[in-house]
Amino acid sequence: MNTTVYLDNNATTMVAPEVLDAMMPFLTERYGNPSSMHGFGGSVAKDIERARQSVARLIGADHDYEIVFTATGTESDNMAIQGALAYYRDRRHVITSRVEHPAVLSLCKKLEKEGYRITYVPVDHEGNLDMGVLKEAVDDDTAIVSIMYANNETGVIFPIDEIGLFLKERGIPFHVDAVQAAGKVPIDVNRIQCDLLTISGHKFHSPKGIGALYVRRGTRMRPILFGGHQEKGRRPGTENVPGIVGMGKAAELALTHLPEYAGRVSALRDRLENGILALFKNAGLNGNRDRRVPNTTNVGFEYIEGEAILLYLDGQGIAASSGSACSSGTLEPSHVLRAMGVPFTSAHGSIRFSLSRFTAERDVDHVLAVMPDVVNRLLDISPYWDSEKKEGRPITL
Amino acid sequence: MWDYTDKVKQLYMNPKNVGRIDDANAVAEVGSIVCGDALKLYLKIDDKNIIRDAKFETFGCGSAIASSSALTEMIIGKTVEEAEKITNRDIADYLGGLPEEKMHCSVMGNEALEKAIKVWRGEKVTDHADVEGEIVCHCFGVTENLIRDVIRENNLKTVEQVTNYTKAGGACGSCIPKIEDILNEMAGEAGTAEKKPAERKPLTNIKRMQLVEETIANIIRPMLQKDGGDIELIDVDGRNVHVGLRGQCVNCRVSDVTLKNLVEAKLREFVEEDITVLEVKP
Repeated sequence: MNTTVYLDNNATTMVAPEVLDAMMPFLTERYGNPSSMHGFGGSVAKDIERARQSVARLIGADHDYEIVFTATGTESDNMAIQGALAYYRDRRHVITSRVEHPAVLSLCKKLEKEGYRITYVPVDHEGNLDMGVLKEAVDDDTAIVSIMYANNETGVIFPIDEIGLFLKERGIPFHVDAVQAAGKVPIDVNRIQCDLLTISGHKFHSPKGIGALYVRRGTRMRPILFGGHQEKGRRPGTENVPGIVGMGKAAELALTHLPEYAGRVSALRDRLENGILALFKNAGLNGNRDRRVPNTTNVGFEYIEGEAILLYLDGQGIAASSGSACSSGTLEPSHVLRAMGVPFTSAHGSIRFSLSRFTAERDVDHVLAVMPDVVNRLLDISPYWDSEKKEGRPITL
Repeated sequence: MWDYTDKVKQLYMNPKNVGRIDDANAVAEVGSIVCGDALKLYLKIDDKNIIRDAKFETFGCGSAIASSSALTEMIIGKTVEEAEKITNRDIADYLGGLPEEKMHCSVMGNEALEKAIKVWRGEKVTDHADVEGEIVCHCFGVTENLIRDVIRENNLKTVEQVTNYTKAGGACGSCIPKIEDILNEMAGEAGTAEKKPAERKPLTNIKRMQLVEETIANIIRPMLQKDGGDIELIDVDGRNVHVGLRGQCVNCRVSDVTLKNLVEAKLREFVEEDITVLEVKP
């Protein structure tokens, strides 16, 4: 097996060396509790506040106290939606999209069972949000609107500025799940005019187990966890100090590397994507080509199945991801691709490559070099492909 | 990441017997591209009923490719009668086991084999190996009979297991209550071996009447009586069964529904597919 070519950065990322260095003291000698009255613990609180400032800068927050540290993106999403609903008890309507992350969708499914009305805004075949449906759905009963900044599977960016302005005029709380945008595109909560915004550290080179929720000053919500005074009572529980410090360092680095995403990473992604699309006539792009985060490409292969592609790529030391039913654990093809109306024939064969600033030219070269063998071997096995004529066979079943 | 055995890994990376047989005398295709896995099996059977060659083409995940390869390796050299005895469990065992969620791949192999043998014998087959009985899972096109076979052969107890073995219920989930009904019913069957579905050959009039009477007495009446209702068999005229609803059913606003969804459904299930139930008002 060759060295790993890691192209699954929308799933998780490597911890940046500088991040690990920043964290190490808090995993060793500086283990104090920031709430303690003694200097040994209390001094740690200053490092948490520095990290809070870095995270605030990454997303353009006016005040550092608008950042609440949580354990994960999922927790931040839950805290935003459940916290708002706990305040607006007489409002029983939530608006979201059909292509959100399960952290939002599963919660909405549960709320539906409890009697809430949920509007799932559809997307078109390129993954673009149907703004007409969203605007129509808003009424006096709407407690919160939760829409993702960028989709994790296709990378498609939603028009959140337009949504933010629309909701601001109507005074409806707006939560943005920016987990897949942070560190890839510039985020500015004042441009978006959102009230709540979720980010997760491990998507931009800090370790797993640390997330944050931006809560605009004055946003009405109630806590969903109860305990001590930490995070001003909004998220009680002893702080994950190493994680917070790591996320702060990662946020600082992410800000400086944003131009690299817009330039080098984006160009590398395009080279990979164009290379694959040029190699195979049974491959097509899923998602809007022009409005995407710079690191993601989602390619659908017809006549062959995604999990098999992943396993063959894995055999060549390449780590990617698939929206196929077989690789999902639920045996269901990706809800995102289905919402986009991607035909089953290519949804089952969809592969997502997600790059990072640690992705090198040679990584893309390696993928492009092994791809023909991987795809052709599977086409040879497929009943839907005529290997002699080099074309698809009529699909009878 | 799935926990595949080394045998599965070996066979999906280097499957054996891939391709077509041009002069095959039995070809069967099961699954579909919509479901996410499909298998086309080619057999060459000689005049002594021995499977001389077997090849396959598969659209599917790693375990689907490995199961297809395993199936062909297992049946080459066997007689049709020997091959027929192979179950999905045998295919999984050959692979050193499959993750529960992937057992449907072995079922697909078994389905393809059964269908190919039917083709070779000149028996009638339709698109799926086993489409007798209604489709329960519309997302994946899984029939009630297939679900029943798999439950029986693998001694399944839960909906989750049925999904893992057949995919039924894995997408929209709307058929889960139906799968639960089948499981409950079969759990009851295990105790009372008598309640088998009627055989498929055309029934004589007397046999039909007997079965209708039995089904009403043993299955339908007890269900109605639970809600204070009752039923009387008035006449059996060919495939038309005339009944009168009694007790609480007389005043029940949904008695029409009961007639169709319960009385007719059960008679169709246990007696004959094309039975019509007609109500005789008191």
